This record gives sequence, structure tokens and C-alpha cells, in this order.
Amino acid sequence: MTGSSQPPILKARGITKSFGGFRAVNDISLDLAASEILGVIGPNGAGKSTLFNLLAGALPVDAGSIHLAGKDLTKARPEARILSGLGRTFQIPRPFPRMTVLENVMTAAQNQLGEGLFSALIAPRQVAAQERTNVVRARDILDFVSLSHLEDQPAAVLSGGQRKLLELARVLMAEPKLILLDEPAAGVNPALLDLIIDRIHAINKLGIAILLIEHNMEMIARLCPRVIVMAAGKSLAEGAPEEVTRRADVIDVYLEGMPA
Amino acid sequence: MELLAYAAFFLTIALTYAIICLGLNVQWGQTGLFNVGIAGFVGLGAYVSAALTTPDAAERIGGFDLPIALGWLAAMAAGGGLALAVGLLTLRMRSDYLAITTFGIAVALQLVFQNTESLTGGAFGMAFIPRPFSGLQGEAFAFNGLNLALTAAVVLACYLLLEHLLRSPWGRALRAVREDEVAAQALGKNPVLLRIQAFALGGAIMALAGAVQAHFIGFIAPGNYLPMMTFQVWAMLIVGGSGNNRGAILGAVLVWAIWALSGALISEVFPADQQARAASLQIVIIGVMLCVILLWRPQGILPEVRSVSRHLGRRNKDIKP
Repeated sequence: MTGSSQPPILKARGITKSFGGFRAVNDISLDLAASEILGVIGPNGAGKSTLFNLLAGALPVDAGSIHLAGKDLTKARPEARILSGLGRTFQIPRPFPRMTVLENVMTAAQNQLGEGLFSALIAPRQVAAQERTNVVRARDILDFVSLSHLEDQPAAVLSGGQRKLLELARVLMAEPKLILLDEPAAGVNPALLDLIIDRIHAINKLGIAILLIEHNMEMIARLCPRVIVMAAGKSLAEGAPEEVTRRADVIDVYLEGMPA
Repeated sequence: MELLAYAAFFLTIALTYAIICLGLNVQWGQTGLFNVGIAGFVGLGAYVSAALTTPDAAERIGGFDLPIALGWLAAMAAGGGLALAVGLLTLRMRSDYLAITTFGIAVALQLVFQNTESLTGGAFGMAFIPRPFSGLQGEAFAFNGLNLALTAAVVLACYLLLEHLLRSPWGRALRAVREDEVAAQALGKNPVLLRIQAFALGGAIMALAGAVQAHFIGFIAPGNYLPMMTFQVWAMLIVGGSGNNRGAILGAVLVWAIWALSGALISEVFPADQQARAASLQIVIIGVMLCVILLWRPQGILPEVRSVSRHLGRRNKDIKP
């Protein structure tokens, strides 16, 4: 299943989730290599975002298993998954609006000594040293996503596209091995879209695997050598984007929702 | 001299409210926890400290004659412990449950103060609570002045502690949880743990305030810890500036001043037989003040300040590339 010969960084097996009688995600398995960008496409309601929520731990799975770099994360809480290297962004960005852009990014650093109530009190020096390292890294990342000039602004002032970039910056600060990107192109103007695509490529070059949900086929074509097509909670097809989008069954599920 | 002594007395009381307000600011201002049972935490601190430090009394249990400082510490432990218990029970649930629970606990505690006569002296309350610098009680100015200095030192200590925490990564994580819990969790913050910590810290500070107040006045009664107190403290924080520790202190002094002055004015203006009824006007005045602030300056007089990290502070600019 894997596109390369490396051992997979993400190994998901038989992921299943029902809401009442409705099976939103039905027996999805994926392998993702450490250097890969895998696209997940499919019509609205296919279960893509639910799959993301299951992988990120926002929802518990009914069945199946999730391993990241060999570690079993199936039952781990969301805050533990990011510590293990599984980061995510949200379809509708969720910045901390009244915190500055820089503060938003610094919040995402993992293993912060000063986040413990007691260590924040008793170890000011170590905390300060860590903060100084983290602020340098946060500024580098803001530079990387072209948001440096806004670092002192509250995140509430950012435009839709800038919020997508801030989401990217925050998740990078957590030093993930794999990022789940939920529609990074939605509601983004064309100029910023190029920047986002370029940054995703650059992130991937750093050896971070990416799982990408996207409706924008141009973005899929430019970023993903391989895609999975989801329909009605199941994996319908898998392969290069230009191949799967030509398949009759894939075209059918996309047309199904349209008025005849 | 007498006026100065009164000013010192007034400010001391106002500053005990400032401590409560700082406690509420950790819970609400920084974390967004809606505590409507403030009076319960304050009262618990007052009674715990009083029970430990008063001289032995025949009519009730307690009265261990311990030093005041020990009473303060025990009050903090009791307030923090109660907040911890409430937090563990409710902070996993939706936030409205915290409001309901805290209100219920405050009302229940107040009834306990009023009815467990063998522990709390019942409706008559507890007297002979040792007062700091009691050797000087004859000289009103020196006594009130020294107590003012002591209370101000407690306020300052709380302020410095909270500012330190507010600007630490802990404070940042706390604000992140307040702003967007789902996103904070996705970035590795544990919202339940952070909220419980903030709630317990705030509860401990409120109880300390109760103890400080009880020892300054020397007498407590269950009537001091009615829901009215909770309303007053909320008004103080909203007027002063929720999320800002200086705002919390300023709001406490300001609202207490208006409360005390309007009380004095009412006793001047209204005939004696009408005064009990006219006292409700004090509440009206605070209510109107609250409305005015919410309409014209909803962030309070001193709004929340944005800062990245206390450890970077003014050096921020040097680090900039």
C-alpha cells in the first residue's frame, strides 16, 4: 500500500466509527510513509473529517487501530497524540483570538516545563531558558509561513488565509512527525493558496508526513502523488490523482449528490 | 488623625476584597470558570482560620489558640481543597454545571455556618478572633495603619505570584484553553487539569482573603457570607477589568469605596426608620455602575494586557531578528 519502501510512519487498520445507526467511517486502513503526502478526497459527507477526528483522537474509534512510528495511539487522548508526533489543523481555523500570533505559536511547543503549575513557580531559570529557545523557534516558524510582521497582533485580526497559515505554524511548533491537514485551501485567496501549497511542500521536505483532505483538485494534483477516494465512509479507490479521478465509479459518487 | 485611621480601616477592608478579586481573576479572568459561590470559599477560609486561632471556648468545639499565620495557611488549604473537590466533580462537564454547583455549595456552606452552633457559633458567629498587632488596639491609627500594611503585603504577594504565573507558559496554556479548548487540546494542553489547577488556586486565594478579613475585624457571622458578597466581587472584577490583576485590585477598591460611601450617604439622608429599606439602594448603585461599565467599557477600566512571556518581557525587542 505504501508508496515507497520506507516503514510507514502512520499505520491505521480497520478504522470504524458509527453515529447511532449511521456508519460514518467504515473499515478504513492506511499506511503513510515518513516522506509522503497522501490526499484524501471524496464528496461531502464521505467521512473524511470524521476519519481525521478519529486519527487525531477528538473522537474515539469503535474499531480498528492507529499506530504512529510504531506506537499504539488507538486509545490515546488528543493531547497525548500531539506529544507523540501526530499533529492536526482544523477545517475552520481555530486560533486563540485574543492571544498574539506569536503567543499562539509558542503555546504549541511540547514538553514545556513552565506549563506545570509548580515547576512554573520553583524553576524560573530553567523555564526562562526554555522560553528563550522556544521564542527563537516560534519566530523562525512565523518567518517560514510569512506571518512575522503580525507577531504582536492578536490572532483575531488575521484573514482567513492567514489563519490557515497560523494553524500550520502552530502545528509545526509541536514538531510533529505527521500532520493531518483539513482543507488548507478552503476559503483562501489564490495568492495565498500558492504560498500554502509551497509551504506544505517545504514542510514535507523536512521529513514530515502529511495527510491532506482537500476539495481543491488543483492543490491535490500539485501536492499528492497518491490519493484515497472516500465515499459513504469507505475507501473506494486509491492511486495517482489523475488516474482515480478518471475512474467511472469515482465520477459516479461525485455526481450522485448532484441534481440530475 | 481619626480620619486617617478610618481611611486605613476602609482601605484594609477594600484590600481584603482585592484578594478575593485576584482569586476570581485566576478563575474567570484567566480561565473562564464561572464561580458564583465566591462567598462560600471566603466564608470557609474565615471560619477555618477562626476555629484554629481563637482561644478555647466552652460553648463550641475548636479554639486551638494557634498563631494567625497558621490559620491563614489552613484557610488556604481548606479553600484550595474545596475548590479541588468541586473541580474534580464538575470541570469535566459543561461549564454551566460549575456555576450551579458553586452556587449550591456557597448556599449550603452558609447554612452550615449558621446552624452548626457547636462549630461556628451559629447565628451569633465567632468573636475574639485574634487580630494582628492587637497590642496596639488602643491607638486606632497605628493599629489600622499596620493592618493596612500587612493586608497590602498579602495583596502584593498574591499579585506578584499571579503575575508570575500569568506570564509563564502555564498562564499561556490557561488562556489557550479559555480561548478554544478543542484547539488547545489538539496542541497538547490538558484542559481538565489546567482548569482544576486554576480553580483550586483561585479557591485558595479566596479563602485566604476570608481569613485575612476575619482576623482584621475580629468577629465573623454567617450573615457576612451571603450571595450578596459574590455579587459584589463580580462587580469589582468586571468594573476593574477582567483578566487584569491590577484591574482586579483597582475594581475592588473602587467598588468598595462606592459601596461604603453610598452606605454612609444613605444613613445621612434617610430617616432612621427608612434606613433598612434604603440600604437596598446600595445594591442598585452597584448594579447601575455595572451596567454603565458594560455598556461603555465592557473590558473594564484596565483591560487585559497581551504579553508573550514574562521571561521575555522587555527584552522582547532584543530577541527580534
